[in-house]
Amino acid sequence: MTDGSLAALVVLGAFHGLNPAMGWLFAVARGLQERSRTRVLEALPAIAAGHAASVGAVALLVTLTRSVVAAQAVALVGGVALVGFGLWRLLSRRHFRWVGMRLSLRQLVGWSFLMSSAHGAGLMLLPVITASGSGGGGLTGAHAHGMGHAAGSAVSAAVFVTGVHTLAMFVTAGIIALLVYDVLGLTVLRRAWLDLDRVWAVALVGAGAFALATA
Amino acid sequence: MPLWKPDPTFYASPRDAVSAPPEKLAYVAAFDPTSQGPDAVLVLDADPDSAAYGTVVGRTDLPHTGDELHHMGWNACSSALCPYAPHPHVERRYLVVPGLRSSRMYFVDVKKNPTAPEIAKILEPDELAKRAGYSRPHTVHCGPEGLYVASLGGANGPGGRSGSVGRVGDDGPGGIALLDHDSFDVLGRWEVDRGPQHLAYDAWWHIAHDVLVTSEWGTPSMIEDGVVGELLLGRKYGHALHFWDMRKRRHVQRVDLGDQHQMALELRPAHDPTKQYGFVNTVVSVEDLSSSIWVWHRENGSKDGPWTATKVITIPAEPASADALPPVIQPFGAVPPLVTDIDLSVDDRWLYVSCWGTGELKRYDVSDPFHPVEAGSVRIGGIVNRTPHPAAPDVPLSGGPQMVEVSRDGRRVYVTNSLYRSWDDQFYPDGVGAWMAKLDSSDAGFGFDPRFFPNGDDFGGLRVHQTRLQGGDASSDSYCYP
Repeated sequence: MTDGSLAALVVLGAFHGLNPAMGWLFAVARGLQERSRTRVLEALPAIAAGHAASVGAVALLVTLTRSVVAAQAVALVGGVALVGFGLWRLLSRRHFRWVGMRLSLRQLVGWSFLMSSAHGAGLMLLPVITASGSGGGGLTGAHAHGMGHAAGSAVSAAVFVTGVHTLAMFVTAGIIALLVYDVLGLTVLRRAWLDLDRVWAVALVGAGAFALATA
Repeated sequence: MPLWKPDPTFYASPRDAVSAPPEKLAYVAAFDPTSQGPDAVLVLDADPDSAAYGTVVGRTDLPHTGDELHHMGWNACSSALCPYAPHPHVERRYLVVPGLRSSRMYFVDVKKNPTAPEIAKILEPDELAKRAGYSRPHTVHCGPEGLYVASLGGANGPGGRSGSVGRVGDDGPGGIALLDHDSFDVLGRWEVDRGPQHLAYDAWWHIAHDVLVTSEWGTPSMIEDGVVGELLLGRKYGHALHFWDMRKRRHVQRVDLGDQHQMALELRPAHDPTKQYGFVNTVVSVEDLSSSIWVWHRENGSKDGPWTATKVITIPAEPASADALPPVIQPFGAVPPLVTDIDLSVDDRWLYVSCWGTGELKRYDVSDPFHPVEAGSVRIGGIVNRTPHPAAPDVPLSGGPQMVEVSRDGRRVYVTNSLYRSWDDQFYPDGVGAWMAKLDSSDAGFGFDPRFFPNGDDFGGLRVHQTRLQGGDASSDSYCYP
């Protein structure tokens, strides 16, 4: 994994953490409802876990496919899918619809998984995963020999990507949640909540284009 | 077009919403009592600095007749900020305007030209019937994932089914239709399991607790030709509240207020999302003609125990000589208060109570919801009193305070005088007229604004029902954050 790829993973993690729709706002709401910072803090790992599951599933799919299919094919197909999904997100007015404030922590993991998946959070990492392997030796730097070995390194690569990304997402979301809960208050939403879903859609298209260009 | 920042009329919490700027326009649902001409959405100037203050400055006629406009709601509101399905970059732009009699729904764009609203879409009655199984759409609320439209009748009411009408009330059940808030298509019936619920009227929620509440009036055949004495004395109108699991869309509990308390109508839950109580009015007691206000709450104040309701206000009938009364209530020798609407200020402090029969608008301090304290009252209209407005002290008024709406900052209260066409004609048989008044409300007092009194011909022959204030009001928005 190159430094550039690592930085990209962290930046995308921070971007996902920044988006109120990805969960920090839900954590704050749970805390405000019971006037308890503990409620904010206990929600964050659940939200991160759901996000990790969503991102991890995509990462695993991509790395496993790459271990048996030419990297270029994965990048091309993935890139096209990504551009298409991003354009749909950009043009469609549909948004994630879930009903329910009073979720258990387990349900919150499920909510976060669905929210991240509906946004294509994992897809956005595709170019990082595909591009980083094209230099030398795959994501983990291991030279794969044989299918079993290849699959094993694919799994560890997926785990690594998911871990780095989710950590950045978790830290960002946590800082913002506590900042809003303790210092800024929710009035900040009116001023500062840019339509990140549109930025997000553009990022998806950009990621797809990047994957295609570097394939 | 989506916005880059949240719609400025969305507020995360009721605390924030109270600081919203004063409304400059008010939208009023108005209908032609003869059903010969079109109903209309009227625009009133509510800016005291404007030369046209207190007058009708816009009127959008509907393309059909006989809709009987009644209540209205918004396509989007503060609930768009709720954390589980956030989408605050939509615009509060369309008034959703159901025809209570025709079951036709209009979606009216008030953003393009606020004083000349344009009809953006019309939803025909058979869409509502076919997809949701309902008719007579009434209350519209903007939820985080769609529009909730509480409807009084089933799809196969007397109007829809050929042949004879069966047992009274079998043109139900009424219930909630869910609409897509982008396309305004009917998605379907909201209820998965309605339990014993059959009658419908209002619906609202404790959004942060995943609890939805509905109330009961009657099915179309029970109300459309006026109040039916036999049904009333037979205690057949609604008298219960229903509590629902909003996530599972299942009926959880029915709370009976007692069948002497006929017609449980307007639901005004606390705006504070940490609270689980709200107010509901019952129109008339068959024992003594009184009206009452109830608080629903969890038993023993627990967080998720069973629901119950406690009567906190009783408003008695006022003695009157029979010759001053219309035939429908002549035998009783008294005028019932007929509390037909209530409204709770956004800070959950003031409850306004419309006594449409006696012609009185009362204000209660409900800081302690279980012990309301009356803190102001004005008289206007009334079956017997016919109290004039201070702006026209020589003109006796028919009708009484009916739909009441409170501004987000709680300082202004708007009231109109029509209840429902056939009921207007029963209780005010010599003509209900048409008027709208505005009151100023503060700690110091509660009284009429003499500059705001559009009436009679100002409305072009239409009767006026619900008011919606530009940008939202006390009964339009719900909040996910305290």
